[in-house]
Amino acid sequence: MEVRKTYKLFVNGEFVRSESGRAYRPDGHVNVPRGSRKDLRDAVRAARTAFPAWAGRTAMNRGQILYRAAEMLDGRAAEFVELLGGGARARREHERAVETLVWYAGWTDKLSQVTGTVNPVAGPYFNFTIPEPTGVVAIVAPQEAPLTGLVRRLAPALCGGNVVVALADESQPLAALTLAEVFATSDVPSGVVNIVSGQRRELLPWLASHMDINAIDVAGCTGDEIKAIEESAAGNVKRVIKVTQEEQSPYLIAAYLELKTVWHPIGV
Amino acid sequence: MAITKKQSAELARQVFEYAPAPEAIDHVKILPRYGLFIGGKMVTAHSKKRFPTINPATEKTLSEVVEADAVDVDRAVKAATRAFESWSRLSPSLRARYLFRISRILQERSRELAVVETMDGGKPIKESRDVDIPLSAAHFFYYAGWADKLEWAFPNRKPRPLGVAGQVIPWNFPLLMLAWKIAPALAAGNTVVLKPAETTPLSALLFAEICMQAELPPGVVNIVTGAGKTGSLLVSHPGVKKVAFTGSTEVGKLIQRSIAGTGKELTLELGGKAANIVFEDAPLDQAVEGIVNGIYFNQGHVCCAGSRLLVQESIAEPLLEKLKRRLSTLRLGDPLDKNTDIGAINSRAQLEKIQGLVESGVEEGAELYQPDCVLPERGFWFPPTLFTNVSQSYRIAREEIFGPVLSVLTFRTPNEAVEKANNTPYGLSAGVWTDKGSRILWMAERMRAGVVWANTFNRFDPTSPFGGYKESGYGREGGLHGLLPYVELN
Repeated sequence: MEVRKTYKLFVNGEFVRSESGRAYRPDGHVNVPRGSRKDLRDAVRAARTAFPAWAGRTAMNRGQILYRAAEMLDGRAAEFVELLGGGARARREHERAVETLVWYAGWTDKLSQVTGTVNPVAGPYFNFTIPEPTGVVAIVAPQEAPLTGLVRRLAPALCGGNVVVALADESQPLAALTLAEVFATSDVPSGVVNIVSGQRRELLPWLASHMDINAIDVAGCTGDEIKAIEESAAGNVKRVIKVTQEEQSPYLIAAYLELKTVWHPIGV
Repeated sequence: MAITKKQSAELARQVFEYAPAPEAIDHVKILPRYGLFIGGKMVTAHSKKRFPTINPATEKTLSEVVEADAVDVDRAVKAATRAFESWSRLSPSLRARYLFRISRILQERSRELAVVETMDGGKPIKESRDVDIPLSAAHFFYYAGWADKLEWAFPNRKPRPLGVAGQVIPWNFPLLMLAWKIAPALAAGNTVVLKPAETTPLSALLFAEICMQAELPPGVVNIVTGAGKTGSLLVSHPGVKKVAFTGSTEVGKLIQRSIAGTGKELTLELGGKAANIVFEDAPLDQAVEGIVNGIYFNQGHVCCAGSRLLVQESIAEPLLEKLKRRLSTLRLGDPLDKNTDIGAINSRAQLEKIQGLVESGVEEGAELYQPDCVLPERGFWFPPTLFTNVSQSYRIAREEIFGPVLSVLTFRTPNEAVEKANNTPYGLSAGVWTDKGSRILWMAERMRAGVVWANTFNRFDPTSPFGGYKESGYGREGGLHGLLPYVELN
């Protein structure tokens, strides 16, 4: 007899049930935790706590960890392909997700060389601009591809040193919740990635208005949802990230970044 | 030989009198009333409402300008939309030529612009002459060069302009903020409708004249005057594809909310409450100059002003003594006088806001210091002010005052300095003063702020990106990164 998996939220490096005790059955039979406002709060708190250390890791170290995640994801091919419905299409999607992690793993230590500048100011100053993570990023996973869709948003955010609270796609959350197991075994520090499942209608307003979230990626949102999110986001001048293009690109990483400019006089 | 405390106190009491050195104003022509700049010429507005713009140092009316209404804003946006068709398709090197030409005219007419800026806004002539106007011209010159090199700025992309940019700017650096907004927008092939602040519209109207002088194609730049209502009509106009705003965080949030769901691009450069951090090994005299420049430059009407001084406890006493002595030498008065350090507060409303916050500081228990300072009878003035004994919870330590008011706090360890500096919803700028190189870089890494000045403060340059973290806004102005808000890359 099969030993079934209990699907759980991934918060602060731990697999937990929703504090609300609720569950829903998106496919009619598997119980999935129906996360609450308080689960999001816990996730944001864990992310905020994890942020300085993750942002402070060397770029090389972050690259190694993302690559490790690619290894772990590749090693679980069979499970993911099954979760994604099996067949060639599922295999392609899984392969694309692995490739995405590998690609961004290689970007961590090139990012500031491509997006940073040394600025020739008209005076005796050394002046440079470097990219830095924006902080806690909320990601609303897109609906099209339950695994790749999320990985394509997560990887660039993590690559730049952000910490993430992701909301799994409501109707197909299993791949996203299983992806948490990949991060849990990839030396990603606790709290850097948090994945919550539940009803978007209930949870989106809390994500959009949370004062300790710096940016929200609305990849998986409808036009009406985006409008409501943009209105709430103004409460703390949250960056609302609306990148529609499918391809992988350092411009996507930059969407989750701030730029810091440092001046120092030159003299004897 | 070091001087004794007594000697230094005596020195501090000495007042060096200067003869008045007012800048000539006879070469400047300010019209009694202005229309709006739409479609390449000054036009009569639809709106019949006008309001005076005054000299805050004398309270005398300089001119009357229009409070543009919905019809005026619509005309301006339509003119910009029509102009976009040809401007965006114009050969990029010709766009560059126009911008270079504007930059040159700004240089040629720099003294006139400096005088108008000082008369309309109250800032000392030495600042408008040496900072605002030269930087404005330099900004156009810098972005002129980008106009035909955009593909080198964005590898693997063909950058395209967005359309009509609706731009709303503040009153603290009127022409410079105009340059920050218009130069990159035009370089990238956009057209603009810009609304200057209600208290400082004159340099923008003079700029309109410069656009005509440069024979810039009609409608590429349009200028509508007015107050908040006009600004809100502009940013909410459906023909505007990109909104750029510099001003308070409060209004920035209103704009972000108001354009939700419209798909308009937005950049915000908002308020700040910067920490200026002085470590015990810092060269104190240099630090004192930096602190003064950080908070008293432009009467503290600076979003990135170093309004919270964080001093390492061990040097708090000598540093404050030097600082107080320096404050007593600052010359407050006629902004047109070339020796003036502190000019007029921009408006009565701003003066009242500063007074209110300073009162709150006293009520909450902070200790107030102001040097002996004679304020002119007419006009809006506030003496350089310093608060000690400030707790992080006081309003003067949390809220942007936008005036010549410094709150002094102390710290013991570098970690405590980082903690206190970042303990604010703002994140525009920060200052660090120390002789230790590794500590500068360690601190710079930890400041959650878009600009970090180490052993200097309030430096600006067209090549240097400027903008905030957190509630200080998003997007950058200046440098290569300043092009990004005005292009589409997909």
